Amino acid sequence: MPDAKGASFLLDSPGPLVDALRRQGWRVIGPKLGQGAIVYEEIESAADLPRGLTDEQEGGHYRLREGDPDRWFDYVVGPQNWKKWLFPARQKLWSAERSKDGFSVESHEDEWPKTAIFGARACEIAAIEVQDRVFDNGDFADSGYTKRRAGMLIVAVQCARSAATCFCASMNTGPRAEAGFDVALTELETGGFLVECGSDAGAAVLDGLELADASAAQQQAGEAVSHKAAAEQTRTMPANVESVLRDNLDHPRWEEVAERCLSCANCTLACPTCFCSDVEEVNDLSGDHAERWRVWDSCFSLDFSYIHGGAVRRSTLSRYRQWMTHKLSSWHDQFGTSGCVGCGRCIAWCPVGIDITEEAGAIAAEPLAQEV
Amino acid sequence: MTKPKLAVWKFSSCDGCQLTLLDCEDELLDIAGAIDIAHFLEATSEIKGGPYDISLVEGSITTPHDRERIQEIRKNSKVLITIGACATAGGIQSLRNFADVEAFTSAVYAHPEYISTLAKSDAIADHVQVDFELRGCPVSKHQLLELITATLAGRIPRVPKVSQCVECKLSGTVCVMVAHGTPCLGPVTQAGCGNLCPSHGRGCYGCFGPKENPNPPALSAHLADLGMAPKQVRDFYRSFNAGAPAFAEESKSHE
Ligand code: SF4
Ligand code: SF4
Ligand code: SF4
Ligand code: SF4
Repeated sequence: MPDAKGASFLLDSPGPLVDALRRQGWRVIGPKLGQGAIVYEEIESAADLPRGLTDEQEGGHYRLREGDPDRWFDYVVGPQNWKKWLFPARQKLWSAERSKDGFSVESHEDEWPKTAIFGARACEIAAIEVQDRVFDNGDFADSGYTKRRAGMLIVAVQCARSAATCFCASMNTGPRAEAGFDVALTELETGGFLVECGSDAGAAVLDGLELADASAAQQQAGEAVSHKAAAEQTRTMPANVESVLRDNLDHPRWEEVAERCLSCANCTLACPTCFCSDVEEVNDLSGDHAERWRVWDSCFSLDFSYIHGGAVRRSTLSRYRQWMTHKLSSWHDQFGTSGCVGCGRCIAWCPVGIDITEEAGAIAAEPLAQEV
Repeated sequence: MTKPKLAVWKFSSCDGCQLTLLDCEDELLDIAGAIDIAHFLEATSEIKGGPYDISLVEGSITTPHDRERIQEIRKNSKVLITIGACATAGGIQSLRNFADVEAFTSAVYAHPEYISTLAKSDAIADHVQVDFELRGCPVSKHQLLELITATLAGRIPRVPKVSQCVECKLSGTVCVMVAHGTPCLGPVTQAGCGNLCPSHGRGCYGCFGPKENPNPPALSAHLADLGMAPKQVRDFYRSFNAGAPAFAEESKSHE
């Protein structure tokens, strides 16, 4: 019986773990094949997992391919991410009814059954921790978010390969998750899984599973999997990106990228850390019933920068610059961390393949001369 | 308080947008309770004279008679709202803008001299001042109700000018262009349809016209990379919103 957090064990397949979670009353959300991609939906058993699939990713390009049929997790991050669940795209906040003598307001919070997210990758856990700083911030905490986050268990999967778009190694967020999970699985090259227990909640889930202790050699084999995945990464973020962007707001590269950018907002909406939203008013024809909904928004939309009388960021240049400087530079001032975890989604899911590492690299390679 | 007087007008169009209004069956009774429908031939033959508080205009300007009639309607309307791709961009019939209309009329009609038509199919806003444009071919029922509801409540209707891609991402639709290489006009098209095509695995056809600040040349370069020939790229922009300036200009650069 696994009693210690920090201990490592062996498991033949993810099946018993999914079953144990469900037996213990957890709703399990995990990777699934959907619309020709890997999406994050509720799973009922390991049979729902997209076993045997792998992915091919590049700027503006994603394809699923048949891989080794025995491998469970040879795909990496896809179009969706966990914020879809923690910070839903559309969320009702409150409703109001007009009555004869005034009106009444009722707040609204969606139900959140205790939920295990199954198969979170290192960069995704890092992204959740970034959003924690935004939404679980003390004085202005988002009660819905904190409720969902508290009722949540994380089963990580340590990546065994990287896509061409991944650059977590250069952001220090992966490919191996060292913490932030309750249970972590590493699919070993020889088959089977190394199971790491990361918390008491994780230990409670593992309790009752027939697990053999992992040997030191097996633990090393697990780490080797992550080293191999890290070594596959070719994209990197310049180490000085935070200051170099801040100092180069007038760099000609912004104009150049604005010619290619569609200001379509895909990058921000696919990004697991972007947190911007708008609040919309919905009312019925009579005006007696009104609702407020929170909806994802993006700094690429015109109305995002609307202040009395007009929008401030009208050009694509100003919108692209806002996105990139916020992610990579001013996020540090705001939240004490980078807003980018190196997952590569904004690269793959940009319809025209604009690459944040390439854009940052171009500015860092030829910064404007600084006045002294 | 007297009920606001509403009129619905038709120019060159297929009536589909007016049908969208009729399709609001469940809400129509409420609408009829809240507004005085003074002119709506698709729904009732009863006609009340102007002036009107709100005029909804469907269709494009294609004849000299249309050109005069819209001036009269504008004079008689406090608020003039255009609905649909015909009224906001000239509609599919604006394909004539890229061709020789006289050649068409002499080829099609035995007596072309009886045909009185303009060389171009114009948006209503090319002729009179328009207070609000509701896009789409046809308009979305949801947006039409929002327009009426917001107008009655005295607030600005929520009709975002963002890209169709935003609807994909909000709906959890996997991008058909990135994941399957399917050509899609979504990145240059205004949202509003409810994510109809991409959520069924198809590329966006641009029914809601250009988004604000669109960048068709950048999209076209990518469409060529996906294997579209210049003529296909040209025709991709030439459908219901062929006459919208951003699409018209882009299609011409692929002649
Ligand atoms: S900016 Fe791009 S690479 Fe970085 S976390 Fe967001 S989507 Fe991932
Ligand atoms: S990059 Fe844009 S959308 Fe993302 S968090 Fe910053 S301002 Fe919001
Ligand atoms: S960088 Fe790409 S995904 Fe982001 S707004 Fe521009 S074109 Fe769209
Ligand atoms: S499917 Fe089309 S509309 Fe949707 S995100 Fe992709 S490019 Fe945009």
